[in-house]
Amino acid sequence: MPKISLRDAIRDALHEEMARDETIFVLGEDVIAHGGPYAVTKGIAEKYPKRIRQTPISEAGIVGTALGAALCGMRPVAEIMYVDFVTCAMDEVVNQMAKVRYMFGGQTDVPVVLRLPSGSARLIAAQHSQSLEAWFLHVPGLQVVVPSTPYDAKGLMKTALRGRDPVLFIEYKRLYTMEGEVPDGEYTIPFGQADVKRAGNDVTIVASGPMVGKALEAADILAQSGIEAEIVDVRTLMPLDKQTIFASVEKTNRVIVTDEEAKRGGASAEIASLIAEECFDALDAPVKRVAAANVPMPFSPELEKLVVPKAEHLVTAVQQLLG
Amino acid sequence: MPVGAPSAEKLMDMYARMWRIRLFEEQAEYQSSQGKVLGALHTYIGEEAVAVGVCAHLDAPDYITSTHRGHGHCIAKGADIKKMMAELFGRSTGYCKGKGGSMHIADFNVGMLGANGIVAGGFGLATGAGLAAQMRGSGQAAVCFFGDGAANRGPFHENINIGAVWKLPVVYVCENNQYAQWTPQSEVTLVTDISAMSAAYGIPGVQVNGMDVLEVYEAAGEAIARARRGEGPTLLECKTYRFHGHNFGDPQQYRAREEIAEWAERRDPIKRLATFMKEAKMLTDEQEQAIQKRVAAEIQEAVRFAEESPYPTPDELYKDVYSYVVS
Repeated sequence: MPKISLRDAIRDALHEEMARDETIFVLGEDVIAHGGPYAVTKGIAEKYPKRIRQTPISEAGIVGTALGAALCGMRPVAEIMYVDFVTCAMDEVVNQMAKVRYMFGGQTDVPVVLRLPSGSARLIAAQHSQSLEAWFLHVPGLQVVVPSTPYDAKGLMKTALRGRDPVLFIEYKRLYTMEGEVPDGEYTIPFGQADVKRAGNDVTIVASGPMVGKALEAADILAQSGIEAEIVDVRTLMPLDKQTIFASVEKTNRVIVTDEEAKRGGASAEIASLIAEECFDALDAPVKRVAAANVPMPFSPELEKLVVPKAEHLVTAVQQLLG
Repeated sequence: MPVGAPSAEKLMDMYARMWRIRLFEEQAEYQSSQGKVLGALHTYIGEEAVAVGVCAHLDAPDYITSTHRGHGHCIAKGADIKKMMAELFGRSTGYCKGKGGSMHIADFNVGMLGANGIVAGGFGLATGAGLAAQMRGSGQAAVCFFGDGAANRGPFHENINIGAVWKLPVVYVCENNQYAQWTPQSEVTLVTDISAMSAAYGIPGVQVNGMDVLEVYEAAGEAIARARRGEGPTLLECKTYRFHGHNFGDPQQYRAREEIAEWAERRDPIKRLATFMKEAKMLTDEQEQAIQKRVAAEIQEAVRFAEESPYPTPDELYKDVYSYVVS
């Protein structure tokens, strides 16, 4: 099976869906020049010149305009260059996009996809390195998608572009170059379906985004001591596949929830709470979280390397759970 | 290309619509005092000429976005006042199944993309509607209604710029009633002629007397025609005045009674149109009374419909958050 990068997987999804559905169009800052800062939209301007718009630096305008187009029969894919900049459009995301279906009594679908490059990368520090999934998870009306592999990224993006509800598509920047097997044929991945990336009986690690890969690394290390970890990749935080998570916890009786957001109030906190509420009888140990330090991302590499959890932190956490 | 004067039939329709707005709003206030209309109520009384003069050039496929003061836009665009009243009463038969209320009243079937509780919330929606129309080449137009207060918010700037540079078929209509909630415009901005701000975006800026529906009609007609021709947006400022408070129950200590009386008694847009039509022999006293009576009966029917409608049931709570149900 061919291996492609996560970036290319998203781009392929965009191209395939744009060929299939002429209402899909792309907008964002610099999306035409070089195909965007991370080259995800490369080639779209050449192939679909009338269906891509390079915008001014106007996040509120970008999101508001995308939403308006979505209410009027189009399917916009809007890029916010860094999720950090979505703060400039929070009214449009929270008070408009998330609410128009409900407050208008179901008169409209809201088929907007917001692409949100996230996470630490290349020393770009506090205002270009955040993970903000928890914010969107908290607002009823939004869907939050966090692919961890090229295969998942393509399948989830295709589903996003066929849906009727807003999608905040979290693209971890460091994962753009990750290579993975992606089949040539047509496939989609439904929302609300977690993926057990590795089966095991001794401990569950519920992970999202780059922590999935680190959890798999940790699992290999743990296996050398005879500890078999089960890795559940959430894939979509909202809708959340509680069934798969709970079934895993019922099997292993010990669980760590992990993501790259600052730990305080992150999506892992929500998942951990759900597990504590629903799986208490199955638990042999408290639910643990492994997440990023509660700091703005510092610049100096000596500090930056301390912020985001590594595989070894997961190994330590598992050992503490079992010890 | 100058817009033709409205026909007698068109004028009669505009006159009736203005009455429909006026009587609906007065009835909404009464029903609010009776505890039937619930929550916040921001009436359009005095501003009828703006919504009606603009929407006279729009058909059902055209789009409008609105403000927290949205009943006038909704009625002018051709909405069903029974469903409007039921929504204000919080009933399940309302436009939004009782989930939106006055500030979120919407009728997507006639292109009314919702009243909006966020000041300047309609700018992105209207600009996006215009973008959709442009991409489809449909000839549809979009109108963004907004107030003087909204001109101080970021989305005013960002979206008018986007509309202008992409030449979108949008008309940005400022209903400058000179107060943003309780604050006079002159206290919070140096440029009180909003139309002058058009220069910043390279688009035409037009200012009209918003109490004269014919002036609004003519300017709106030109702006909408420009938009449909692909020449881009216009910033149309209508100087107007709301005769009642910001919301029902507003003690209005920030406005002088004499000022309110000057506008309400001497610049009523409905009286102005009636005077014009009568002088032009397009309206008789009998016709005027017949229209008022007919519209009053429509309003009573709307109240009856609302009163007899059920409230939403608990199972409705989690519906319409998404296209699927999840709690």
